[in-house]
Amino acid sequence: MDDAQAFEQFKQCTVKVLGVSPEQVTMEASFAEDLDADSLDIVELVMELEDSFGIKVEESELEGVNTVGAAYQLVKGKLA
Amino acid sequence: MKLAFTDSHPEGIEAPYQVAITGLGVVTSIGTGKEAFWEGLLQSENLSPTRLVDDFDPSNWMSVKDARRADRYNQFGVAAAQLAMDDAGPLEVDPARAGVWMGTGVGGLTTLEGQVLVAHERGPDRVTPFLVPMMMANSNAATISMRFGFTNVCQATCTACAAGTHAIENAARLIAAGRATVMLAGGSEVATTITAQAGFANMTAASTAGISRPFDAERDGFIMAEAAGVVVLEELGHALARGAHIYAIVAGAGSNADAHHITAPAPHGVGAAGCMELALADAGITADEVGHINAHGTSTQLNDRSEAEAIEKVFGDRRIPVTSMKGALGHGLGAAGALEAVGACLTFEHDLIPPTANTKNVDPEIHIDVVTGSPRPLPKGAIISNSFGFGGHNGTLVLTRYQG
Repeated sequence: MDDAQAFEQFKQCTVKVLGVSPEQVTMEASFAEDLDADSLDIVELVMELEDSFGIKVEESELEGVNTVGAAYQLVKGKLA
Repeated sequence: MKLAFTDSHPEGIEAPYQVAITGLGVVTSIGTGKEAFWEGLLQSENLSPTRLVDDFDPSNWMSVKDARRADRYNQFGVAAAQLAMDDAGPLEVDPARAGVWMGTGVGGLTTLEGQVLVAHERGPDRVTPFLVPMMMANSNAATISMRFGFTNVCQATCTACAAGTHAIENAARLIAAGRATVMLAGGSEVATTITAQAGFANMTAASTAGISRPFDAERDGFIMAEAAGVVVLEELGHALARGAHIYAIVAGAGSNADAHHITAPAPHGVGAAGCMELALADAGITADEVGHINAHGTSTQLNDRSEAEAIEKVFGDRRIPVTSMKGALGHGLGAAGALEAVGACLTFEHDLIPPTANTKNVDPEIHIDVVTGSPRPLPKGAIISNSFGFGGHNGTLVLTRYQG
């Protein structure tokens, strides 16, 4: 999976769970400020990403992950 | 309504405020909104084997994200509340004086059932973090309070099939006592999951013929409905000052327990009769001043027989026209009492009693005047609306026309 495909898949998960439009899912977007996502939303998004990408994300890894870019890098780092 | 009954005031101490119904909202299989609902109630027959709201689209009522985080029962309740608010017009009320009181039998059962499967099939770590806020039985009341910013009392009542009636009673008492000016009150239920349907079927409460026909000789159980109903309750003076349309006055209410059996009504409907008598006393009227009864009438053998006995006990030989809207609506469980309160308001509005749909031959052991076939003119007097829940919870509302 190349980077563009992976981000597209990441974007689809985010749109589905957070109910935002695809254009809002930019690397710079803040979950809290720009995407109106609270802590429960993030938990649900992580579950969706885990299912979609077949990965496992530990709760401790989410510390300091506040933007789409940071979350995407976390996911990407787990893809073989 | 009365504030209290005491030894020195056995007739009751009158509450300082009157409670008007100024807005109506429903989501039902026969129609969403009061107009379609009324048209559906006037039909003499509804032989659909289900009472699902197939065309309900939550995105008409809330954002896609909010809808994903709300169980279907909550979505229904929000839609009904919005319809009631729209119907009431601008309330011009201090949000601290406005509250919410909703009833439900079980709350977010669809979500719970789905997540039970997720937990067992895919493991506990796949259970949605929204399970608790989606399934809890107070979620609908909470969502409605947030939607409208109402910060007065916000509570939920869980008294099975009496919950909608009890919610309206509880909310009305707050206004009557001067604790609130406006309350959104009603009930919402979506318990039509495979497991709950099986539960009702296996206890032989659900109709095997698939026909809801209250008081009919051939009745064999109810048809479960998904539905929600909400009314805007408003202190009468406040309603008049803003020129609101007043559908009815909540003149009194009764609530008691059979203390008998978890599902079967007390023999001869003694609990139900006591509840109607409490409601009449609360309204300060006699049985002779009642013109019509909107029955609980579920289409089960036991309920309909004992409710009819209770009506006979309270009203004697007077042949008061009785209808059960569950022929048309099916049984909305915790929403039922709210739907029927809305139905009773529309009965006043149109001066017509809708027929008990599907009922052809009233059970010869039932000696009450059941309205069947076609609508009947509404006699003068109050309308009482009954609800009885598993657990022996009884609720009765006394509604009167506002005499301006």
